[in-house]
Amino acid sequence: MELFDNLWLGLSTAMTPVNLLYALMGVFLGTAIGVLPGLGPAATIAMLLPATFAMPPVTALIMLAGIFYGAQYGGSTTAILVNLPGETSSVVTAIDGYQMARQGKAGRALAVAALASFFAGTVCTLLIALFAPPLAEVALKFGPAEYFSLMVLGLIASIVLANGSILHALGMIILGLLLGLIGTDVNSGAQRYTFGLPELADGIGFVTVAMGMFGIGEIIANLEHESTRDVSIKEVKGLWPTRDDFKRSIGPTLRGTALGSVLGILPGGGASLAAFGAYALEKKVSPNRHEFGKGAIEGVAAPESANNAGAQMSFIPMLTLGIPANPVMALMIGAMIIQGVQPGPSVMNEQPALFWGLIVSMWLGNLMLLVLNLPLIGMWVKMITIPYRYLFPAILVFCAIGVFSLNNATFDVYFMALFGVIGYVFKKLDCEPAPLLLGFILGPMMEEFLRRALLLSKGDPMVLVTRPISATMLALAGILLCLVLLPAFSKTREEAFQEE
Amino acid sequence: MRQKHYILGGALVKIRAEKDFAAGVLYIILAAGFLWFGRDYKMGAASRMGPGYFPLTLGWILFGFGAISVVRSFLTDGPVIGGVAWKKLAIITAAILAFAILLPKFGLIFALPALVLLSSLASEQSEYDLKLLLALVGLVAFCIIVFVKGLGVPMPIFGSLFDGIVPPSWQR
Repeated sequence: MELFDNLWLGLSTAMTPVNLLYALMGVFLGTAIGVLPGLGPAATIAMLLPATFAMPPVTALIMLAGIFYGAQYGGSTTAILVNLPGETSSVVTAIDGYQMARQGKAGRALAVAALASFFAGTVCTLLIALFAPPLAEVALKFGPAEYFSLMVLGLIASIVLANGSILHALGMIILGLLLGLIGTDVNSGAQRYTFGLPELADGIGFVTVAMGMFGIGEIIANLEHESTRDVSIKEVKGLWPTRDDFKRSIGPTLRGTALGSVLGILPGGGASLAAFGAYALEKKVSPNRHEFGKGAIEGVAAPESANNAGAQMSFIPMLTLGIPANPVMALMIGAMIIQGVQPGPSVMNEQPALFWGLIVSMWLGNLMLLVLNLPLIGMWVKMITIPYRYLFPAILVFCAIGVFSLNNATFDVYFMALFGVIGYVFKKLDCEPAPLLLGFILGPMMEEFLRRALLLSKGDPMVLVTRPISATMLALAGILLCLVLLPAFSKTREEAFQEE
Repeated sequence: MRQKHYILGGALVKIRAEKDFAAGVLYIILAAGFLWFGRDYKMGAASRMGPGYFPLTLGWILFGFGAISVVRSFLTDGPVIGGVAWKKLAIITAAILAFAILLPKFGLIFALPALVLLSSLASEQSEYDLKLLLALVGLVAFCIIVFVKGLGVPMPIFGSLFDGIVPPSWQR
């Protein structure tokens, strides 16, 4: 069967010693940054990107992906142990997970979180293997008009499903698109907004933008709210869940996985929304709902399976359509472009080893997380107690060196500082950096697809609405926008992100 | 709630959503910049988009969002901006700039401590003791061994000022 051939190809790619080693490094690093406060996967991946340039593409992507889902795992660890969610996707895990820890059941909560995540990861690996090929098959038939509309839909969906003000998300997207256009216009060779600087002829590096806005901007924002965190952790013991824990976790895990898989596929859905949704769902359907908020195991299993499923499934639009669902996927697309792989539906046919190797490595990586991290819990606990005053100068050093090594020039370091300032200022105004980065990556592609679509239609913009697939996607984008502007819907949306 | 009053077109208006107002103004300034510096880019026709077609269109859209945001700030209530950590922002930015300026001439040996020590000023909790010194020495050694010697990033350990003073192997 073709499915098994594909998975076998992936397994043989992912199982080479080098790829296994880098997958391990990825999940290890990912867990570490998930545990460390104030350092997210987007900043870390941006920092490490330059170091991956020399690797083969599949190895680089395997490691970067490992950082991404490893971070989800590390985030839950701190959420359960010290009520400090390392990532937004584990905010809801903290509610019941921390209560369990206070009752001395930290080990059981951690184990259930890990097992639920692993289950979701396994299911999603299979789902990706099943659904990615037909989706890519459809996408291969897309013309430039369809691609343009798809990117519009992707961008709109990513803000509707994310948290924050719609107007500012739209503004940041447009700003990102504009910043992405800086450099040489591929079509006419004209220099746009380069101000005669040769360093800008190739455009601003997206690593520079990502590191500035997510790395430096976050540091400044964190320093602003610096507080003496009192981190007292009880000893973690009794890692094996009881039979009752298992029984109570099965239902929530299945529902969480299903919800996470659906939400993860949608651009912008991703891990956070899945976790919030799953927790809310369990609160409605669980027979033990009166225990929620007081240490219910369901409140750990459901969001943990959902956020892992969501994280995993967000690879589908990235791998099959070349559309990033979140900043991390935008960075992965950037990494592929730097590696000379054109992201999109052709990746699966032209680079099957890369495609399937990456997918299978995610399953292997989840397995590594399960086997490695529970015994290593003591080390992660120590890591939580590292004070931020030691952390942030080191992060700055790695950012500065990383961005320097992009072109071996100090020019990029100056630009990183500039984007740090921009990132912080916009963050103060509730304008999130994530939509800007998505726009930044998609800007040149959207221009090119629009240009080709209009060239083929001899300048008639109606081509975007007369072709059925393109029209459907634009209509969906329009409906989403209208929905979110309706007061009733926006209220629900706000509530979905404030599940406390 | 703290509110600011502004005279606009002879009428007294209240900014009710500070964040919306400031973000809107920023959008408008940035859009104006893109439109102004792109004013000579050829628009072309829709069937043959020139280099100016896409950026200028986007520039006007951004301008529009800025205008909406500003108008909205007068009509709906929103959160105030609150304190902006200008000092911390300046310190961190200065630390990064210091690194970039020092690196070519003085080298990593000076640029890294400058980055670390300057940036540490941004935290109220920094303690300048032996522990920090040891951490700093360790970090510099780590960066030289891993990035310069290991990964081969062409950063000078000692910069161009030390040409002829230290052996070339110390510089690379």
